Amino acid sequence: MSDTTARAIPDRLESRWTTWLKSWEMLLVGVVVFVFAVNAYASPYFLNAWNLSDATFNFTEKAMIAMAMALLIIAGEIDLSVAAIIALASTLMGLALQYGAGTPELVMIGLGVGLLCGAFNGLLVTGLGLPSIVVTIGTMSLFRGIAYIILGDKAFTGYPVDFAFFGQGYVWWVISFELVLFLFIALIFGVLLHATYFGRMVYAIGNNATGALFSGIRVARVKFILFLLTGLMSGVAAVCLTSRLGSTRPSIAFAWELEVVTMVVLGGVSILGGSGSIPGVVLAALIMGLVTFGFGLANVPGIVMSIFIGMLLIGVIAAPIVWRRLRGESAN
Amino acid sequence: MRLFGKLMAAAAMSVAFTLNPAQAQDDVKIALVVKALGIGFFEAANEGAKEAAEELGGVEIIYTGPTDTTAEGQIEVINSLIAQNVDAIAVSANDRDALVPTLKKAMQRGITVISWDSGVAPEGRQMHLNPSSNALIGEMCVKMAAEHLPEGGGDVAILSASATATNQNIWIEEMKKVLPNYPGVNIVATVYGDDLADKSYREAQGLIQSYPDLKAIIAPTSVGIVAAAQAVTDAGKAGEINVTGLGLPSEMAGHVKSGASKSFAIWNPIDLGYSATMIAYNLATEKATAEPGAEIPMGRIGSVKLDDNNEGAMAEPFVYDASNIDDFKDIF
Repeated sequence: MSDTTARAIPDRLESRWTTWLKSWEMLLVGVVVFVFAVNAYASPYFLNAWNLSDATFNFTEKAMIAMAMALLIIAGEIDLSVAAIIALASTLMGLALQYGAGTPELVMIGLGVGLLCGAFNGLLVTGLGLPSIVVTIGTMSLFRGIAYIILGDKAFTGYPVDFAFFGQGYVWWVISFELVLFLFIALIFGVLLHATYFGRMVYAIGNNATGALFSGIRVARVKFILFLLTGLMSGVAAVCLTSRLGSTRPSIAFAWELEVVTMVVLGGVSILGGSGSIPGVVLAALIMGLVTFGFGLANVPGIVMSIFIGMLLIGVIAAPIVWRRLRGESAN
Repeated sequence: MRLFGKLMAAAAMSVAFTLNPAQAQDDVKIALVVKALGIGFFEAANEGAKEAAEELGGVEIIYTGPTDTTAEGQIEVINSLIAQNVDAIAVSANDRDALVPTLKKAMQRGITVISWDSGVAPEGRQMHLNPSSNALIGEMCVKMAAEHLPEGGGDVAILSASATATNQNIWIEEMKKVLPNYPGVNIVATVYGDDLADKSYREAQGLIQSYPDLKAIIAPTSVGIVAAAQAVTDAGKAGEINVTGLGLPSEMAGHVKSGASKSFAIWNPIDLGYSATMIAYNLATEKATAEPGAEIPMGRIGSVKLDDNNEGAMAEPFVYDASNIDDFKDIF
């Protein structure tokens, strides 16, 4: 057979490198470098191994939940009850402590409560077909409400000394256990989303749930698993945060769900579902952590930080749309 | 070889110098960490801290805090203060226990840590400065009532919060202890308004009707004192029955002007910020040591004597009346 093709037909419009350079993740890498440089220039205390290590605690727990939340949002659902799951898991861990639970039991309870809460959300959404935003706004009040009923204005304290390792321990030099755990979780979720059959199903459901169903994907089961994973990650975060604080109050992790969703959206996950990546969300978590820490070093009031994050969020959502508009108009 | 060694030493020294630019100025850096920014009470405390810094000289005040009153937010702020190598942290805590691990870390790195206003558990701070003490509050309430009684004394009633409110019950006990020193004060009743505006109002109405010779109402609660003053005004007895106790200047200004309340008390936030700064300075510069029985000077306020828990009371509550209410009513 002779080669008669006039020219090679490319299987993609731009080269792999161009696609990569123009990607959202590259933009985020640029932002990370920029934030890092500005911080290093602005504060003499920024480039210090221990200080940078302390700064990672600002985002690791939220970022763990963001990994699972990213998959959930890509699949077109959302879980706003994650912070409330932390509160409930932490409260029940504290309650178990009063009955003499040791560190292994405490961890099991934290993870177990997370899983159960996730299953409850998942059942309501997939079993009854309710919209997840409504269900999880409801369970947000429900889970935290139970924590308030159990604790009132009291606090559980006196966690075992070895339990403190999860939130305050270091694996090697300045590398904290929380950071290692987060990187491990990110790796698992990265592989799950980008290199497995399950990950392809998640994208398919997010793009067109009906189409996915008719293609033979068990949509309800995948969504249920995603709610389970989000609950489990909230349980993991509850163990870490409780260990780091060394105490439980029902107001623990208050309003974290918004910061988690912010991380996911900033990371390039479409809030409408169907697209996004784990490396993007990891970078977004890093950006939020560095910005918070940098502003803290400069003693900028917290409210300015909120304004900055808000503007960043609007900026990153608006930028691609504005960019497309401009290109579209110049083409006409 | 020797040249190389010299070069290395020079390089190491230049690195060391660039890493420690703060060496140039030896200002004592004192961080005033508040529950949340944008609260009048704490802004006033900052004024006091600045006053103390000016008086001491060579002191830099860092006034900071989270946007919401959360422990997690305060931990982020404290982490960035540790990174900046501040000399002292004076914190009004959002959570008695959750801040302990972070503050312990601060103390390990040689930072002086005290709490003021809202305390931290003993293992997380060197000392705690209470705005006042129960005995001083109880005595002040009776004293204010006695000052404005007619010749020969008169009937006085107490309007408290709930019958189970620990603070209020201790203060009422302290009031009764000092009664022998104020022979004109004849306590006729103690009623409970549960810190609800409408119930407190009705209880106050009941007092006015049941005791025609009533000359004063003591309400050691900011809700009760406003309700009682309103009830007295509505009954047309302003100037005849004096409402006193613990209240907020912003809420009581109108009643002081109408004459329903001749005077009331609460701690002065300016003095509190001033004293906390003075103590932090004295401890950080090792002019004083925080240990049971120690007396730590607080500039113009005097000195604070520490009890077995390393806690001390600043002063008796500050009295607000027609002469100074205008200066404070916009603050808190």
